[in-house]
Amino acid sequence: MSSADLVASAVVKRFANHTAVDSLSFSVARGSFFSILGPSGCGKTTLLRMIAGFIAPDSGDITIGGKSMAGIAPNRRPVNMVFQQLALFPMMNVGENVAYGLARRGVDRAERSRRCAAMLERVGLEGAAHKRVDELSGGQRQRVAIARSLVLEPTLLLLDEPLGALDLKLREHMKIELKQLQAAFGTTFVYITHDQSEALVLSDHVGVMNQGRFEQLGTPQDLYYRPQTPFVASFVGANNRVVGSCISRDAQLAEIATGDGWSIRALAHGSIGMGDAVEAFVRPEIATLARTAADLPPGQPHYGGVVQSVLFDGANSAVLLQESKTRREFRIALPQTGQFSDLEPRDPVFFSFDPLRAVCFPARAGAAGRDA
Amino acid sequence: MLDGAVQARWRMRLTLSLLLAPALLWLGALIILPHADLAVLSFRERVAPRHYVPSLAQYKTFFLEPLYWQVFVHTAVMSAIATLMTLLLAFPIAWIIAKLARGRAASLLFIVCLIPFWVSETVRTLGWMILLRESGVLPALLVKLHITDVPVELLYRNATVFVGLVYTSLLFMVVPLVSSLESLDNSLIEAAYDMGAGGFAALRTIVIPHAAPGITAGCIVVFMLTLGNYLTPTLLGGKNSQWFTEQIYAQFITRFNWEQGAAFGFLLLGLSTAMVVLGLRLSGQRFGDVMRRT
Repeated sequence: MSSADLVASAVVKRFANHTAVDSLSFSVARGSFFSILGPSGCGKTTLLRMIAGFIAPDSGDITIGGKSMAGIAPNRRPVNMVFQQLALFPMMNVGENVAYGLARRGVDRAERSRRCAAMLERVGLEGAAHKRVDELSGGQRQRVAIARSLVLEPTLLLLDEPLGALDLKLREHMKIELKQLQAAFGTTFVYITHDQSEALVLSDHVGVMNQGRFEQLGTPQDLYYRPQTPFVASFVGANNRVVGSCISRDAQLAEIATGDGWSIRALAHGSIGMGDAVEAFVRPEIATLARTAADLPPGQPHYGGVVQSVLFDGANSAVLLQESKTRREFRIALPQTGQFSDLEPRDPVFFSFDPLRAVCFPARAGAAGRDA
Repeated sequence: MLDGAVQARWRMRLTLSLLLAPALLWLGALIILPHADLAVLSFRERVAPRHYVPSLAQYKTFFLEPLYWQVFVHTAVMSAIATLMTLLLAFPIAWIIAKLARGRAASLLFIVCLIPFWVSETVRTLGWMILLRESGVLPALLVKLHITDVPVELLYRNATVFVGLVYTSLLFMVVPLVSSLESLDNSLIEAAYDMGAGGFAALRTIVIPHAAPGITAGCIVVFMLTLGNYLTPTLLGGKNSQWFTEQIYAQFITRFNWEQGAAFGFLLLGLSTAMVVLGLRLSGQRFGDVMRRT
């Protein structure tokens, strides 16, 4: 990694009865978009607040722009934050909001309004300086919140699920806008979210966080195609989860038999021996669907099933079917060709998948529950 | 025969006026009527027994007699200072209740502010006298701690009057402050801090502007209560206190000069109205917004 704007080394934060952040180390390269993705309660907010300086780590160190931040208050850090509810100041107009940080630094009035106007123009809000905050739309407020932080030229911009409060359509739009803003400004962004689609679309690198630790840190493609842990496989993207025990294995593949008599093969991760409990994951889009077994690619094990329901969602359409032997649910993405547009519930179908593209891991403790 | 809709509307109006009747009666009988009577009283002069003529003589006396307007100004200034002192003392308390204390601790602190009001005002004030008089608890303690050689009289000073007034008014400042501080989103303070503001800058730019309606409401209530207070300045300030309410009392009861007393009453009403208007002007608040906070 070239020069890192943010380095965390062995950062720990404990609360009364649990460890929120558990000996976490990572670094974020200058100018990159880094996301921390995890379910609520995984410790990502605690981590972000430690970077911003609102809480101090119990041990470990956080370095920003090459300087240790130990004992440095939030108002002295080269870091700015976009809050979850944006936290725009309702008692000030847009211009005063954007100029707030400059005023605190003692920048004189003329210079303040010049830089404020320039920043508003860069985020597409030219001339909005005199508007009141509550006159703006959700997307515009978002841009004011970002402008207010970026006008201070921070080394690091922290974003705490800023899209969470927006409706779906605007969220999709703001996702693209955020990515473009980050590219235009070149500031290092650290973004936390529980929405895997936001993390995948926006980020250069993503850390998937669970119970205070990073399960996996990599590019969005890594997380999606090469998950390293069962948590990542089930949290990032849709997946068919199959729980069973290993009944045979070779150098690469393990064969998994489920309790109700189904068996599949998948690429083995970690040490899986004969008889071990295993979790396997098959992405909906790696499976091939066909009306007759003969139409399936040769050389792959194939299975029969009955269509349970067709989940039409434009480009993300899928079919939910029941495997014939075990009546187990299995989700398969529909190809874009419209080939299966006449599929009806209760139609018999066949499916197969390349075992090398499915993955399996030693089962997590307490993971024997129902398949996802 | 009335048609159905008209009848329903009349019934509704009747219900509404019956519901409002006690409040209107209270307002009319206890506030408007006596004040109208006082107004008439204040604008007349007795020229012979049982013989009165309309005149401005009562108001003229007030401006020509230095004692009266000096006491008037003294009362206004002392009340303003007492209000400011109450605000400075109540703000940290309200901050702790609204922002720092959680659950039980917050309600406990509220109750601590409320407890003095379980005792009648007279008893409360006499309590202060027991503590502060020359042979009282505090002077004795000062002697025991070798801070003073002989017991000092702590009563009958302006400072003592302030102590009593602030003590009596505290709750009425804390309540509107707590409600306005509770509605302040903590992330606004964090955002200010994040963008480089120090504690004082965040207080000045975020907290006070947000709490302004509550501050104004508290100040109006406390100023009015203090200005119209009779017991505390009389008992704690003694002969030196010269509170304007004592002048009104003296005119009505001692001198039996109701006309003069009524004029003084109206001057006090005018003063508190003027101060409220001034306060609203200075803080840029609207009366309606402020009253919703109290």
